Amino acid sequence: MPAVSKGDGMRGLAVFISDIRNCKSKEAEIKRINKELANIRSKFKGDKALDGYSKKKYVCKLLFIFLLGHDIDFGHMEAVNLLSSNKYTEKQIGYLFISVLVNSNSELIRLINNAIKNDLSSRNPTFMCLALHCIANVGSREMAEAFAGEIPRILVAGDTMDSVKQSAALCLLRLYKASPDLVLMGEWTSRVVHLLNDQHMGVVTAAISLITCLSSKNPDEFKTCVSLAVSRLSRIVSSASTDLQDYTYYFVPAPWLSCKLLRLLQCYPPPEDGAVKGRLVECLETILNKAQEPPKSKKVQHSNAKNAILFEAISLIIHYDSEPNLLVRACNQLGQFLQHRETNLRYLALESMCTLASSEFSHEAVKTHIETVINALKTERDVSVRQRAADLLYAMCDRSNAKQIVAEMLSYLETADYSIREEMVLKVAILAEKYAVDYSWYVDTILNLIRIAGDYVSEEVWYRVIQIVINRDDVQGYAAKTVFEALQAPACHENMVKVGGYILGEFGNLIAGDPRSSPLVQFNLLHSKFHLCSVPTRALLLSAYIKFINLFPETKATIQEVLRSDSQIRNSDVELQQRAVEYLKLSSIASTDVLATVLEEMPPFPERESSILAKLKKKKGPGAVSVELEDGKERGELNGGGDRGGDAAIAASNASTPSPSADLLGLRSTAPASGATPSAGSLLVDVFSEAGPSATSAGVNDDGFLSSAPPTVASEDPAPPLPESDELLNKFVCKNNGVLFENQLLQIGIKSEYRQNLGRMYLFYGNKTSVQFVSFNTTVSCPGELQSQLNVQTKTVEPLVEGGAQVQQVINIECLTDFIDAPLLNIKFRYGGALQNISLKLPVTINKFFQPTEMAAADFFQRWKQLSQPQQEAQKIFKASHGMDTEVLKAKLLGLGTALLENVDPNPENYVCAGVIQTKAQQVGCLLRLEPNAQAQPGEQMYRLTLRSSKDTVSQRVCDLLAEQF
Amino acid sequence: LVATGVGAKTYRRIRFILIQNRAGKTRLAKWYMQFDDDEKQKLIEEVHAVVTVRDAKHTNFVEFRNFKIIYRRYAGLYFCICVDVTDNNLAYLEGIHNFVEVLNEYFHNVCELDLVFNFYKVYTVVDEMFLAGEIRETSQTKVLKQLLMLQSLE
Repeated sequence: MPAVSKGDGMRGLAVFISDIRNCKSKEAEIKRINKELANIRSKFKGDKALDGYSKKKYVCKLLFIFLLGHDIDFGHMEAVNLLSSNKYTEKQIGYLFISVLVNSNSELIRLINNAIKNDLSSRNPTFMCLALHCIANVGSREMAEAFAGEIPRILVAGDTMDSVKQSAALCLLRLYKASPDLVLMGEWTSRVVHLLNDQHMGVVTAAISLITCLSSKNPDEFKTCVSLAVSRLSRIVSSASTDLQDYTYYFVPAPWLSCKLLRLLQCYPPPEDGAVKGRLVECLETILNKAQEPPKSKKVQHSNAKNAILFEAISLIIHYDSEPNLLVRACNQLGQFLQHRETNLRYLALESMCTLASSEFSHEAVKTHIETVINALKTERDVSVRQRAADLLYAMCDRSNAKQIVAEMLSYLETADYSIREEMVLKVAILAEKYAVDYSWYVDTILNLIRIAGDYVSEEVWYRVIQIVINRDDVQGYAAKTVFEALQAPACHENMVKVGGYILGEFGNLIAGDPRSSPLVQFNLLHSKFHLCSVPTRALLLSAYIKFINLFPETKATIQEVLRSDSQIRNSDVELQQRAVEYLKLSSIASTDVLATVLEEMPPFPERESSILAKLKKKKGPGAVSVELEDGKERGELNGGGDRGGDAAIAASNASTPSPSADLLGLRSTAPASGATPSAGSLLVDVFSEAGPSATSAGVNDDGFLSSAPPTVASEDPAPPLPESDELLNKFVCKNNGVLFENQLLQIGIKSEYRQNLGRMYLFYGNKTSVQFVSFNTTVSCPGELQSQLNVQTKTVEPLVEGGAQVQQVINIECLTDFIDAPLLNIKFRYGGALQNISLKLPVTINKFFQPTEMAAADFFQRWKQLSQPQQEAQKIFKASHGMDTEVLKAKLLGLGTALLENVDPNPENYVCAGVIQTKAQQVGCLLRLEPNAQAQPGEQMYRLTLRSSKDTVSQRVCDLLAEQF
Repeated sequence: LVATGVGAKTYRRIRFILIQNRAGKTRLAKWYMQFDDDEKQKLIEEVHAVVTVRDAKHTNFVEFRNFKIIYRRYAGLYFCICVDVTDNNLAYLEGIHNFVEVLNEYFHNVCELDLVFNFYKVYTVVDEMFLAGEIRETSQTKVLKQLLMLQSLE
């Protein structure tokens, strides 16, 4: 074997490097370098032509100086000259200099390309490789323009040497990534795919990277690679440990190639051909079996190589998510690793199990390892391993183990590393809410969170607990008692004071009967924290105080005294001062009745998606982290960072749409114009202004008395739906809130929200007259088939609606299976003796249960193809009834509930979307493509809308609904 | 943009390979992406900071920005490969070892100084084994045969 001695071949270089190493100081080093630079410069400028050796030596010295971190501003031309030398060592140094010091000096690029061209056509494999490596290292657009046509030819030519093929394949890959538009595979495709059959394993190893890249962009063109990859894999997996000679690594046959083959297969769905699939399943089973065999070597290299293949095989099994047997076996194997003495394996097992937890086939199997995982959380020395354990606990959590997992996470939080506390807090908060059966447990959990890790509890978390307490009267007393106790602690976190202030201000009365928590005791307790708090918290406490005056008149004098003190009424903070002044005035002049109205208990918050979940996603998501390592073109490919769930994430039912309103209490949007800090100011607004959303909007909206309910209907039977009810329904397909119906008497507003297969709708009935409605009665019914498809529940409303007043009704909806018709809403009431009887369609449409699904182009078209049976597709071609404004179209498509996928359709005019409809019975994946002919004359603009889903009725219904929207 | 991981599973590559000593001196930096010089320096320092605080009880993997570093220490040298988070950790860990064994054979019991004095040859070794951020050749026999052939050229 060759051995090289110090800098052999270039003595001057070795001397120079030694000199530099002997420099005692940075100054000495710089001095030595400057001396050398002067020397080289004079040599390059000298009259005497330098020979190749000297040129090589000086260029190499310059390179060394550059690598030490010094700027080099000359020598490029000499390096380029070296390229045309016919000595390998000179050429090599020339190419190296060019590769390391790429310079977009345009004159040089031309010369460099010329030299590369000569080398590529030299038929000297060594020179060809040097040239190809240079292209692969630089990968500039100019090089792609010059060589993208030539390299595929070299790659597939019969007489090309193996080592050149290897370099050509990867060189092409580099050019394709940098300039995909310039690399046209077309005629070469099939021959490139067949490199998978090449005799030389090195060629296969290199080519498969290229094929994987190309397949991920054009899966259809390259799909023949699947069967070739399976047979290649099968040959490797079934070979004896020494069969592959050079490619056996510590008794493992071709580990890297095996991994690459398994990775390539992850670009595709399971093979359709039964024989191929059978062969592949056999491979996967063999790999799992081998994991159980005794090791052929004690070396870690042996087990690492073996396990690299195993983990890649498990990734493929998870990607397919269709072989329960393999999934469970994978889970058992990982379970063994959880207790392995190698930290690496424990880490990887935790990570891999996390994705297994989201498969319905293996979720239960994963859960059996809970004790081991909890133990890992407690005992692992490496924080990244503990982090994976926490991730896995989060992933395996469900109703059956939520209490245990949350308790363990809480106790871990006490000692958790600072770097992961915030994320842990969010996870605990989400699990506590998601799996709360009794809400006192939820309240305890969140208060514990604040106690243990108050600094890491974000606004979203404490907003959320308040929202939930306000909305659930069964937990309010308990919450008041618990916060009261928590506030007893001498040093309690400011977030606790916020929650305490808010909750006691609302529900302090529920515990005031106990002399230990009498109104004054409560007040004094809160006020004892006041001076330690920041301005926003103080503002909140002032609001709590005024609420106390209303709840407990006996505290009025004490609180007024506090408000009147200089430190409040003359506070330098304008928000605090304003509150003190206004509250003092309010408490002095308002009658008890007025006070009671103004300071009434907060109405329930509209249910909405937990903003905590959105926050966690944002935190873990790719966008939130530094993206400096990305180059724009590869955004899609790099996004794996956020979601370890991989493909399974699409099927995972627990993911839900991040709500656009990140602010839990919706405060930010109503922040007052005053200069106060937003959170302080807006809390004030919130305390006073949470009336129904359309209470004041029931103004004059004169759209036709004629369309109002036929007042002459005398029958008590529900009237038939209004003729325009379908039109009204269509208005709400792409939106959730708005006015559903209005006539001269009545306005009906709607707010609704959906999560998975559940929905909640708030109906607001506004009496527009000054006369009361009597016998006001509403019913919701599901006609015919719909009864078995939707589960709709509602409470009756008060029979009296005063003039000018508004009543609210909540409707809970559960989607059992996909449906077509809409539920009917019937409203009956007497206005001045005349019976009003109105029937409308409630805008509950199947698309409301969409969960958006992001996917890459390759995946989209792959799925699209899978859904190619005629009945899976519904298509409509129709005239545009509105303009084709891009933003409007996008907004509508997003409103539909699907994810709008950018850069997927090759035609940028087209829109494609993907989503999964969540019903209790099943999930229906749905893909959509909308093709406008925007170029056409107005009036002739048309759309073609195509829907594909696994269920014919869904495709048809969504297509029908959406066709009315444009 | 929410990642579903599907796109992320397609193809990947090495972002960079670094060889550093404990003091943070770079012995090899091979970049497979365009960075400007300041960014390169920052990455070198960050990697050093992240890797040198870890001990033998830790894994050989560290999350790094939105990527991960697979690394292994040989005497006073850290060999680090930066890859995508979904990449195969063990395959790259052994990729490092395979590379080190080749260096060891090529330089006859390689030591840090060999990498200093023969820095330009180390680049050749890297290019034989990793190209365009992908694994090019894994057979030690084949790589060494090729290096020997190149060594004989003048």
